[in-house]
Amino acid sequence: MKRAILGLALLAMLGAAFAQKTTITYWQYAYDTRVNAMDQLIAQFEQANPDITVKQETFPYDGYQQQVAASLPAGQGADVVQLYYGWLDTWMNAGYVKPLPSQYFDTAALDKEFIPMAQAAKRGGEYYGLPTAVRSLALFYNKDMFQAAGIQGPPRTWDEFVADAKALTKRSGSRLTQEGYGFAPNGQGHNLLREVLIRQYGGQPYSADGTKVAYNDEAGLKAFEFYTGLVTTDKVAELNFVPGDNGYRDGFGQIGNIAMIVDGSFAIGSVKAAAQFDWGVAELPTLANGVRSDFGSFWMNGLTPNAFKDPARLEAASKFLQFVTSESAMKLWLNVVGELPARASLVADPTLSSDPVYGPFIKSLAYSHATQFVDETAQRQVFMDAVNRVILQNQDPAASWAQAAKEEQAVLDKAHGM
Amino acid sequence: MVDLETYGESRRRPDAGTVVAYVLLAVGSVAMFFPFVWMLLSAFKPLREIFQLTVLPHVWTWDNFRQVLFHTAFPRWFLNSLVVAGISTVSVLFFCSLVGYTLTRLRFPGRGVLFVIILSTLMVPTEMLVIPWYVMSTQYGWVNTYWGLAFPGLIPAFGVFLMRQFFQTLPRDLFDAGRVDGVSEFGLFWRIGLPLVRPGLAALGIFNFVGNWNAFLWPLIIAKSPSMRTVPVGMALFSGEASTQWNLIMAASALAIVPVLLVFFVFQRQIIEGVVLTGVKG
Amino acid sequence: MRQTASDAKPDAPRRRRRRLSLSTREALWAYAFLLLPLAFYGFLRIYPAIQSFNLSLHRWHVDPAQRTYLGLSYYREMLTDPKLHQALRNTLLYAAIVVPAQLVLGLTIAVLLNAVRRLRPLFRAIYFSPYVTPAAAVAWVWGWMYSVNFGVFNSALLAWSDFVSGLGLPWLSIPAQPFLNDPRQALPAVAAVVVWQQLGFQVVIFLAGLQGIPRTFYDAAAIDGAGAAQRFRYVTLPLLNPVMVFSVIISTIATLQLFDQVVNINFTDQGGPLGSTLSIAVYMYQVAFSRFQIGYASAVTVLLFVLILIVTLVQLRVLQRRVEY
Repeated sequence: MKRAILGLALLAMLGAAFAQKTTITYWQYAYDTRVNAMDQLIAQFEQANPDITVKQETFPYDGYQQQVAASLPAGQGADVVQLYYGWLDTWMNAGYVKPLPSQYFDTAALDKEFIPMAQAAKRGGEYYGLPTAVRSLALFYNKDMFQAAGIQGPPRTWDEFVADAKALTKRSGSRLTQEGYGFAPNGQGHNLLREVLIRQYGGQPYSADGTKVAYNDEAGLKAFEFYTGLVTTDKVAELNFVPGDNGYRDGFGQIGNIAMIVDGSFAIGSVKAAAQFDWGVAELPTLANGVRSDFGSFWMNGLTPNAFKDPARLEAASKFLQFVTSESAMKLWLNVVGELPARASLVADPTLSSDPVYGPFIKSLAYSHATQFVDETAQRQVFMDAVNRVILQNQDPAASWAQAAKEEQAVLDKAHGM
Repeated sequence: MVDLETYGESRRRPDAGTVVAYVLLAVGSVAMFFPFVWMLLSAFKPLREIFQLTVLPHVWTWDNFRQVLFHTAFPRWFLNSLVVAGISTVSVLFFCSLVGYTLTRLRFPGRGVLFVIILSTLMVPTEMLVIPWYVMSTQYGWVNTYWGLAFPGLIPAFGVFLMRQFFQTLPRDLFDAGRVDGVSEFGLFWRIGLPLVRPGLAALGIFNFVGNWNAFLWPLIIAKSPSMRTVPVGMALFSGEASTQWNLIMAASALAIVPVLLVFFVFQRQIIEGVVLTGVKG
Repeated sequence: MRQTASDAKPDAPRRRRRRLSLSTREALWAYAFLLLPLAFYGFLRIYPAIQSFNLSLHRWHVDPAQRTYLGLSYYREMLTDPKLHQALRNTLLYAAIVVPAQLVLGLTIAVLLNAVRRLRPLFRAIYFSPYVTPAAAVAWVWGWMYSVNFGVFNSALLAWSDFVSGLGLPWLSIPAQPFLNDPRQALPAVAAVVVWQQLGFQVVIFLAGLQGIPRTFYDAAAIDGAGAAQRFRYVTLPLLNPVMVFSVIISTIATLQLFDQVVNINFTDQGGPLGSTLSIAVYMYQVAFSRFQIGYASAVTVLLFVLILIVTLVQLRVLQRRVEY
C-alpha cells in the first residue's frame, strides 16, 4: 500500500513538472470568417499566455447541437463552447454549460460593461456565458426597386411599409412574381412579431418574471392581425415564396424578386455577396406612436463541465473566455466577421452608428430585447403554427392567437416545472 | 457463356408487349431522371443561375468543381468515405451471407428466435444509439478513427435478412449432397451456397455501399478533426447560418455519385450473370 | 436423418468416443459461425439499445449522477402528447402509402426491365439514379418542383388549364396547388418523394429475385399451355415470395423510421405545416437534439421499437411461405 502511495506521489510530482502547458478546446460552428477571426484571437492569446494552448474545433452548423449532445456526456469535447443564447435553458438543464466562476467573473462589473441585451445570458443572477458579438434586426430594402417605383426612401412607419410593399408586389395572372415583403415566420418573422410588433402595439410578450404568456390581449392580437394581414389582406407576401431555409434572403439578394426583408445583422455578409443591385438598410418601421423596439440576439461563449475538471483548466478556460470577450477581440471580430460588438463602450462609437449599413443596427441596440427563451424550437413552432392556421386554414386570428397563447403557456409551464 | 435468357424475353421481332414495355419505361424514366439531371446540370451553374431555375446552364462553368476539388477538403472527405464504405462492404458481404446462410440452411435450436433478435436490431433508429456509441468510442479510443466510423455498420441486420431470403431459395438437396461428398460445413457455405446467391450478394454490395456513402449523423459525431470527415459531413459545411452554397452542394453531389454509380455498374452485371447457375438443377 | 455422414470420414477415430450426431454437429457449426456476429450484435447494437431504453426512465443530464430516476413518467407523458400522436398517425399513413406503392411499382418496373432487350443497362441506371442522389440535393430539387409560384408541377397545371380553357372546356382546368404548403397535401407530396427515391432499391431487389428463377419452370409451364399472365401468377409470384417478403418487411421498417426526406424537404418548418409531415423519427430527433430531452426521446424510441417489432412479427407470420422444390 505504501508503495502505491509513493508511486502515486511520484507520478503526481512528475505530472506537475510536465503539466506546464494546459490545453483547452474551443468549439464553434464552421464558418470561414468566424474560424479565421478565432484563429487570430487564439494566436494573440497564446502569445500572451505561453502556458496555455487552445485548440479550435468546428462543426457544420447543421450538426452543431448533435455534436454537443453526443460528445459532452462522454466527458469529451470543449471547455469553452459557443452556443446560441436561445439554447441556454435547454443546455443548462441538461448540464452542458455551468455558471461562470465568480473568482474570474464579476457579475456586477459585467452588468455595466456589456449592453443590456447580454442579461439574457444570465440565469438566477449568474452569467452562463458572454457574447463576443450581438445581432439585431433591421429592414433591408432594394433601392433599385424603390427608385423604379418612385418611392423616395425606406418606410418609416408600418403604414408606409404596407403601401410601399403593395406598390412593389407584382403578379402575373394568379402567380406572384415579385413580393413586396419576404414573409418568413420561421426566419426572423416570429422574432419580429414577438419582440417588435407586440411591444409597438403596446403589449408585451411575457410577464416580468417570464413565467406567463402576456400577449393574449388586445395589443397582442392587433400585432398578430397586422402580421398575418400582410399575407391575407394586404397580399404583399406569400408563405414560402422562395423555397428553402433562407428563401426570403435568397429571394432578396440572389434572385432579386423580393423588395424588402426584415433580417439580422448576421445576414449582411450574405446579402453583400449576393446582391447585384443597390440596397440599403433602415431601422425597423414604427407605428404612429413612434415606439421603437427590436429583437436582439447573440451567440455566447460558455464553459462546459469539462472546464471545471481541475483548477488549471478552469483558469485557462476563464482567461480565454475573458480574452475573446474583451474590447480588442470584439474590434477584431467586427472587422473580420462583420458582427456588432457586445460592449457598451464600443457601441457608443460614433463611426459605427453613422455607417450606412451598420448604423441602423447599432442604433437599434439601445432598444433591443433578447427574449429569454426556455425552449426556442418549441416557442418558434407555436408562432409558426399560429400563423399557418390563419393563412393555410383560414382560422380566425383571435382563435388562433388564443390557441398559441395556450400552447406556449404549456411550454413555459413545463420548463419552469422542471 | 450462356446466353442471357430471362422471363418474357422475345427472340426475334419485338411483340406488342415489348413495345408497351419500352414506352412505359421511357415515360417513367423521365420522371425518375429529371430531378437527377437537374441536379447534375446545376453543378455547372453559378449560384445565381441556380436560383433562376433554368434547366440547361446559360453559362457552363467548371468553377464549382474547381472550388470543391481544390479549395475544400473534398478529396480527403472522398478518400475517407471510400475507405469506410470499402471496409464495410467487405465485412458486410462476408458476414451477412454467413449469418444468412446459417439461419436458413443449418438447423439448430433457437434459429427462429435468433433471426427475430437480429432483425430487431433494425428497429431501433440509429439516431438514439449515437450517444451510447460515442461514450463507448471514447472509452476504447475509437474516436476520430476509421474503425470508429465503420463499426456500427459492419454486420447490418438488413444484409442478414436479404441473404437469408436468397439462401432460402436454394434447394436443400444441394447441401445434403455436399455433405455426403465430404464437404465441410464451411465449404458448403463458401463453395456451394455462396456462388449461387451472387445476385443477392451483388444487390447487398450496392445497397451497403450507398448506405455507407450517404450516412450523416454518426460520421458527423465520431469525426473530431476535419481530416476524418466523410463526404456528407463535409457537404454540410456548405450550409451556414445565413446562406447555403447550393452550387457547391450540387457539384459535390455530382462528384460523390461517381463511385456509387461505378459500384452499381460493376455489381449489377453480377445480378444478371448470377442467373446462369441457378438454372442448373441437381 | 442420414447416418452416412460419419462414414464419409474414413479416418474417424475407432475408439468409442461420444459420437456427435449429425444434428448436433450441425448445431455446433451454426453456433461457431454465429459467434462473432452475435458478439457484434450484443455488444454494439443490443447493449447500446438497452442503455438507450434505460435513459427513458431518467431525466437526462450530462452528469450520470444527476440523472434522476423518473420511472414511467415519460411514458405517461406520451399518452397526452398531441404532437406525438400526430407523428404516429402520420407515420402509419406514410407506411400505408409507401409500402404498397414501392412493392407494386418496383415489381412492375423489374418485370418491364426484363421484358426489354436493348437499353437495359441504361434503363437500370436511370431507375437507380434517384437512390444514389444525396438527400440535400433531392430535397432542394423537389422543394423547387413543388414550389407554388415557380415549380414545374404548377407550371404544368397552369399550362394545362390554359390549354383546356382555350379549347372551351374551362371546367377541366386544375388550379395551382399548394403541395408542401398545405397540411392536407404535404404528406402525400413527401410520400411521393420517398417512393421516387427508394424505387431503385426495390427494382434492384426484384431484378435479382427474378434472375433467381430457373428458366426450366417457365418452359415447363409454357409446355403445359400457360400464357404469360398465368406464368406470372403461378410461377413468378410464388417463387418471388422470399424476395417480396423481404421487400415488404424492409420497406415497412424503413418507412416507419422515415427521417431523411421529411427532415430535408420542408426547409422552413421541419415536420411540415402544422406538423402534417412529421414522422416519429423526426419528432424523436427534434426532442433529442433541439431540446436535449434525451430521456423523453428514448421513451419515444421504445415506442417506435415496439411498434415496428409488432408489425414485423405479424408480417413475418402472414407473408412467409416456404416454397419447396
